[in-house]
Amino acid sequence: MAMTIHVDIVSAEGAIHSGLATMVYATAELGEVGIAPRHTAFISRLKPGDVRVENEQGDQEHFYVSGGMLEVQPHLVTVLADTAIRARDLDEAAALDAKRRAEDALAGQTAEFEYAKAQAELAEAIAQLRAIEKLRKMKGG
Amino acid sequence: MAGAKEIRTKIASIKSTQKITSAMEMVAASKMRKAQDRMAASRPYSEKMLQVISHLARATPEYRHSFMAAERERKRVGYIVVSSDRGLCGGLNSNLFRRLVGDIKEQRAAGAEAAFCTIGSKALGFFKRFGGNVLAQVSHLGDKPHIEDLIGPVKVMLDAFEAKEIDAIYVAGNEFVNTMTQRPVIRQLVPIVGEEQSEMPYHWDYIYEPDARTVLDALLTRYIESLVYQAVVENGACEQAARMVAMKSASDNAGNLIDELQLVYNKARQAAITQEISEIVSGAAAV
Repeated sequence: MAMTIHVDIVSAEGAIHSGLATMVYATAELGEVGIAPRHTAFISRLKPGDVRVENEQGDQEHFYVSGGMLEVQPHLVTVLADTAIRARDLDEAAALDAKRRAEDALAGQTAEFEYAKAQAELAEAIAQLRAIEKLRKMKGG
Repeated sequence: MAGAKEIRTKIASIKSTQKITSAMEMVAASKMRKAQDRMAASRPYSEKMLQVISHLARATPEYRHSFMAAERERKRVGYIVVSSDRGLCGGLNSNLFRRLVGDIKEQRAAGAEAAFCTIGSKALGFFKRFGGNVLAQVSHLGDKPHIEDLIGPVKVMLDAFEAKEIDAIYVAGNEFVNTMTQRPVIRQLVPIVGEEQSEMPYHWDYIYEPDARTVLDALLTRYIESLVYQAVVENGACEQAARMVAMKSASDNAGNLIDELQLVYNKARQAAITQEISEIVSGAAAV
């Protein structure tokens, strides 16, 4: 029987693949790597590209990842895949966007948080909920 | 007797409301199941990441990323507030905000100001009404939130942390206990807590490409993003569960109301008939 290594491909939004493989290929930061079973511990960033998993029958499965991390231990390969394309300036743009949205939404607002008002309104909402609860109990009982 | 017809139209309108609320209940129930699956699916990623991060932290003790550094004095703290986009979900959001207001008060008593990042339009609306320093916001993530949408707001907070504008970041959202119970929780995100510093049983280390710091930095950012994503997904499941319960009780209440109105309607009808008969009888007697 051929030697195998366990492969997990997970992303933040869910598991993508899990199973045994005889060989795993991925596009690491400094070039393509091939991981065979009993590979030494290794960790690298991944570039957008293909992750190929070769199983015991010799079939290859392809997974596209848009980046992420590759972690290798002698019996385990983990691909922590990104679901989004990441780049410094893209992230920067997303951050600016989030800031701008906040500013737009809150234009003309004071930065001072008003506890008294907030607490009063919350107390009212909770009181309403409690009253509804009571009414329901009275009707039920 | 005052309008048997009026009562009849009232009953009809409550019936149509009941139809809507019971439809919403069923929709929420099916969405809740999917949201729960999503919640479970996001766990392996961050668990795996935490493993790698704690290993890296132990393997390279000379490098401390600022996210993992010791607590510094708190002058300003950041909250990432995760709320729902829509209402009609019972006390879900107001319970969370109440918990948050209490926490902000405590922080202020300890001498720390608060800054916010809101996720979901209910949180934004809340801070719109009551003020507050909102640094970033994102809303309308839909039923299937994507991590892409969270990268921006999280980065704003992390950048503020690195620039020492805020000294700690918390995430506030609802925790899914079960269908009936959702609990508002506030967890500390940065500096990262709960990572034990046990000695490694024997020394081994990764081969790094390109080097340990780059890898650790990339991992930490993703780890924090995945925690925020988890909070968002969990809050989504809470929202659906809360809506399901709220809509169920609304349908039940509508049912009770219809029963009561039906009784009033029957009485009114009876009274009208009785009156008519007595009028006919007295009319016949007069002849």
